[in-house]
Amino acid sequence: MAAITLKGLKKSYGQAHVIKGVDITIEDGEFVVFVGPSGCGKSTLLRMIAGLEDISAGSLTIGDKVVNDLPPKDRGVAMVFQSYAIFPHMTVRENVAFGLTISGASKEEKDAKVAEAARILQMEHLLDRRPSQLSGGQRQRVAIGRAIVRKPAVFLFDEPLSNLDAALRMDMRMEIGKLHQQLGATMIYVTHDQVEAMTLADKIVVLKDGLVQQIGSPMDLYHRPDNVFVAGFLGSPSMNFLTVDVTEVSGTHATVRNAALDPTSIEIRHPGIVAGGKAKLGLRPQYLNPDDPAGRLHGRVALTERLGSETVIEATLTDGSNLIVALARDAHFPIGQDISLGFDPDMAHLFAA
Amino acid sequence: MASKFTVSNRSGWLMAGPSIALIFGFILLPFFFAFGLSFTNQRLISPNPTEFTGFDNYRSLLGLGILTLEPIKDASGAIQMKDGAPEFPTVRSITRNNPDYPQYAGMREWFNFGTSGDSITYVLARDVVFMTAIVNTFLFVIIVAPLQGGLALGLALLINQKLRGINFFRTIYFMPVVVSIVVVAILWRIIYDGNNGLLNNILSALTFGAFQPVNWLGETSTAMGAVIAMSIWQAVGFHMVIWLSGLQTISPTLYEAAAIEGASKWQVFRYITWPGLKNTAVLVFIVITMQAFGLFSQINVMTKGGPLDSTQTIVFQAIERGYGKQDISGGSAISVILFVIVLSVSLIQRWLTRDKGAK
Ligand SMILES: Nc1ncnc2c1ncn2[C@@H]1O[C@H](COP(=O)(O)OP(=O)(O)OP(=O)(O)O)[C@@H](O)[C@H]1O
Ligand SMILES: [Mg+2]
Repeated sequence: MAAITLKGLKKSYGQAHVIKGVDITIEDGEFVVFVGPSGCGKSTLLRMIAGLEDISAGSLTIGDKVVNDLPPKDRGVAMVFQSYAIFPHMTVRENVAFGLTISGASKEEKDAKVAEAARILQMEHLLDRRPSQLSGGQRQRVAIGRAIVRKPAVFLFDEPLSNLDAALRMDMRMEIGKLHQQLGATMIYVTHDQVEAMTLADKIVVLKDGLVQQIGSPMDLYHRPDNVFVAGFLGSPSMNFLTVDVTEVSGTHATVRNAALDPTSIEIRHPGIVAGGKAKLGLRPQYLNPDDPAGRLHGRVALTERLGSETVIEATLTDGSNLIVALARDAHFPIGQDISLGFDPDMAHLFAA
Repeated sequence: MASKFTVSNRSGWLMAGPSIALIFGFILLPFFFAFGLSFTNQRLISPNPTEFTGFDNYRSLLGLGILTLEPIKDASGAIQMKDGAPEFPTVRSITRNNPDYPQYAGMREWFNFGTSGDSITYVLARDVVFMTAIVNTFLFVIIVAPLQGGLALGLALLINQKLRGINFFRTIYFMPVVVSIVVVAILWRIIYDGNNGLLNNILSALTFGAFQPVNWLGETSTAMGAVIAMSIWQAVGFHMVIWLSGLQTISPTLYEAAAIEGASKWQVFRYITWPGLKNTAVLVFIVITMQAFGLFSQINVMTKGGPLDSTQTIVFQAIERGYGKQDISGGSAISVILFVIVLSVSLIQRWLTRDKGAK
């Protein structure tokens, strides 16, 4: 089957170094999601794995073969593009059967495999239509159908759902999840959308500027981010960061404070925290509690957004910085009111400034 | 709210005015004139009043007759022999002042096919030169359209690559299009020259002198071919650019998807490029066909229809008759015939290339 190993992978366009040395190990059958901000090189990395971009340096192994110099067709991969890339002049049936037509399969074989793919994707009734007669979601289904019909060991998805509306995106996301369970193939999935990343992935790779920031399971990344970038990238609304003074370091814990924060002892999980220095304290909006009698952060309410099931408060702290609080219930906080926020120090993250 | 464009109608007409006037004056008016004149006996300059003559012009251009002649028999009914072969009456004896065959009067032999010696079938035409012109024009179209279209597509595929210096080739191939066809024709007349022409020199150099110089434009067997080759070369760059624009409308992701599915070069062309070029192909072939039917400048500069009418074409005939022989009504009739031919051919092409998938 197909485990995938990227070792020191690099890609440059002339002087532009887009991928700057990436190491990733992907197990057979794993669902791996690449996330990162726009322009960080997710698509480039995926296209290097597909064989659509050549590799400037490093080695790429699929299964037990180094495939750096193999053309796409010899890598045993299928790819689903953001723009679907289904052939406009062919019917759905011809599109799905394309890979089989290319390899000269018999009509019976094609019919059987197309029927199976259509059944899995619930698009039997669409087979004789042309792409122009399909909705966006149906087109993406066709593209996925074309990918699964050859039973490749590896599936590559480049933002397959970003052209769909929110409701459809959720349906398709679930379908892709089911598909992964059914087929058991290795899948690599590129997205901007952290909900897709969190729900689908066995393993998330966070990229920034052509470098891997962290690799791990979704909950790993959420609860134990390695750096400020990963901490701020995952989670919505994103994590609050406060600049704090480190007053004391004792063993595994450091005591931090600033004008708005009462002295608090936080576990040190990252290097670079020294007594007398500055640090960044990361607090997720969901873990801040305005009802805590032992509130340690002080400020006043600047804005309240009431969504019914959720209330988002923006507070201006006494040191002048802003902070977002997300409550999982409806509550009324008048603007200008003083507010004190409590939090569990174990849920806070201390990073070097 | 009415759009600003529909409100200021007057300035719209004012701006379109000059071109409308020119199109009317130089295209529409002459078109209707040609129709009208083709039913008269109008001459370019003539003191006689114009008369309506109905379809006379068309009859004298297109009149055809089929004549089957039996061998001459003597009194006893035996076939008269001459030089060991049966003797036939001459065609002239039928078409000249023969009151028995008024329908053939004034016709000439276009071609004949003899069958096994006991009779000969003649196809007679009232205007043999015009018939030759029609055949030559169709021959030109049938050879030029696929060759020029195909060659242009080949070039477009070649230069539609990301290579260093590809713009150099794009320019080179397009250059002949920019040069006036008259200039090109004069140059090629020199290339085709029978004594010291470039083509003869190259061929004889390539064969180490074994090649005997040919007067390319001076022989009935090579003149039309020479004109065809030169015409294909001249306009191939133009159609290459049209193909190129068609190629660039095909989304690159389709090629990537095909590459991942494992399509070979030929399969990519067959399943992605060619279907994606369908509209372009219709355009290119209709334009080539129309241009080819209008073949004139090359002929006028290079051969003047000769040698022995072997390069006569419809438009050349129209001009020669209308202005050379001052028979403007005859020339008009020819242009109307050409119009009908081109119109039917393009309608047939439209029908053949219609979108069969659309309901
Ligand atoms: N052909 C190229 N030449 C030069 N630079 C390129 C080329 N293709 C991509 N890049 C650069 O590589 C970087 C990564 O591009 P890539 O498409 O991989 O980003 P991405 O992470 O997929 O972004 P998005 O989320 O917007 O799709 C970008 O900064 C882009 O400008
Ligand atoms: Mg991308």
